[in-house]
Amino acid sequence: MHQEPVLTRSFRVLTGIVLITWLILPLIPLAIWSFAKGWFFPDILPKTWSLRAWEYAFSDTSGVIDSLWLTIGISLAATVLSILVGVPAGRALGMYKFRGKEAVELMILAPTIVPGIAVVLGIHSVFISMGLNNTVFGVILVHLIPTLPYMVLVMAGIFANYDPAFEAQARSLGASAFKTFWYVTLPAIMPGIIVGGLFAFLVSWSQYILTLLIGGGRVVTLPLLLFNFATSGRNDITGAIGMIYILPGIIILILTAKHLSGRSGAVGGFGQI
Amino acid sequence: MTHVSIKELTKVYPGATEPSLDRLSLEIPTGELTALLGPSGCGKTTTMKMIAGLLEPTSGDVTFDGRSVLRDKPEHRGVVMVFQNYLLFPYMSVADNVGFGLKMRKIDPAEIKRRVGEMLEMVKLPDLGDRKPSALSGGQQQRVALARALIVQPNVLLLDEPLSNLDAHLRFEMRDLIRSLQQDMGITTIFVTHDQEEAVVLADRVALILDGKMKQYDAPDAFYKRPVDEATARFFGGHNFIEGSATGTRYEGAIGTLQLPEGVPQGPGKLTFRPENLALGADPSTPNTLTATIKDKIYLGTQTRLKLSVGSQIIDIITNPNQVETATPGQTLTVTLPPEALWMLNS
Repeated sequence: MHQEPVLTRSFRVLTGIVLITWLILPLIPLAIWSFAKGWFFPDILPKTWSLRAWEYAFSDTSGVIDSLWLTIGISLAATVLSILVGVPAGRALGMYKFRGKEAVELMILAPTIVPGIAVVLGIHSVFISMGLNNTVFGVILVHLIPTLPYMVLVMAGIFANYDPAFEAQARSLGASAFKTFWYVTLPAIMPGIIVGGLFAFLVSWSQYILTLLIGGGRVVTLPLLLFNFATSGRNDITGAIGMIYILPGIIILILTAKHLSGRSGAVGGFGQI
Repeated sequence: MTHVSIKELTKVYPGATEPSLDRLSLEIPTGELTALLGPSGCGKTTTMKMIAGLLEPTSGDVTFDGRSVLRDKPEHRGVVMVFQNYLLFPYMSVADNVGFGLKMRKIDPAEIKRRVGEMLEMVKLPDLGDRKPSALSGGQQQRVALARALIVQPNVLLLDEPLSNLDAHLRFEMRDLIRSLQQDMGITTIFVTHDQEEAVVLADRVALILDGKMKQYDAPDAFYKRPVDEATARFFGGHNFIEGSATGTRYEGAIGTLQLPEGVPQGPGKLTFRPENLALGADPSTPNTLTATIKDKIYLGTQTRLKLSVGSQIIDIITNPNQVETATPGQTLTVTLPPEALWMLNS
């Protein structure tokens, strides 16, 4: 029988411990808070429990539900736009050689390096002149700045390993350009669209500064609402909204886990070009 | 069903100084199986892509039954190309791959199912319709690729190195399959290959392309019997090129005087003959005998190759090993060069 080497096994255990410590443990107090009526030092657990925070979160007065839908809408729209831009851009970067390609790659990656606040102040003044400030559409557009690098990076990796001869084959079998894309190209790049789209959705989902500045306080997404409650000291409501806030990430992660494995080729980025 | 003509077809890729294909002209009669033969990079795949409409020519024309097809989109030309690496769509089943072309033509699904079944029967893979291409062997994948191409009953079928990825024992099976399907359906077929053996066993006619130019377009045996020049003869494994000149049917040159067949190119040039067409010993019916000394003997299993010196010339011959079992270097022997085995190349 195949025996797993000791080193690999202990490394796996270590990775597990680190993941739990950094990702799961910090969430536990948040979850407990959402069900606590009061939780004071030096109690290990709250003395009295309550569903009050959850009731409030789901009530009309809190605005959580409206904000949840708004956030989902903005993130979905940003994801769709990222796909529409990222697929052709990724194809160009992954498949073709052209003058200034390195510069284009750098420009696309720049938003992941340059702090968002530095960029958004400039954009703010541009958006004012275009009337895009304080609008949902403006927020969606500004979310593309951090989402696009991920989308383009993933698609460039996919297209670097993609053989365009399949398209020539489909054409010669009688498929029109559109049908070739639909039946041949799209299934081949789908893992990339799923992974890139997942990144784009989650990056948009977690935007705070960009939404705050461009939305001007009128476009209240879930992280903005969460921040309001967190700073006002309502730990129980913060806990409940926090739980709602992390839910989509977990659902998406579970649904797309198989596409995230290193073997799928969707997570290679520019390294594979 | 389609007569293909290629007229002065030229392709210069952007940024290149030399054309990849230089004024190629070819007439491919209806229903014939033609090979475009040449070393890699000689322009043969470029030619195929231009016929298929996947690449635009710099100049020249491609006509089907006299009508230019250069303005037709690839999906409207009725040309199907089978690529060397088969390019089966990996996420579709074998049956979906074979039926792809019909689906694109909006044929009724029940009809597609029936014709796919028939087609898989024809390529002798009747039970593999539900499999994924990755579960098939190379030979099976190629048959699926062939079925996928033939099911749409193309006017012209293009094959890219159809036998080169196959093991020796599969090559003849596939060769027979391609020939019988092509003959049954009467599809004008063009294939490209760098392997002269592949061209000879499969094609009715062979076009040899060297350095982007067509050297010779002929029946396969002509390349052995009547090559047009030394490069052509060498491509087909010719070794013997001996200075001399032809006057009528008389050769005079470095290995004496010999009788030539009718119709040889006249004047100074090179005498050539296939190493396998010489006979050991004297033949009273012809004056073409030479006395030669064995320089080297190379045993090749089913054949033995002898290097002989005739005066200062070295000639290569291939014989049956049993005939020369006791021969050793330094020995002298007599060889006969039948006139019909000789040919002249103009220099």
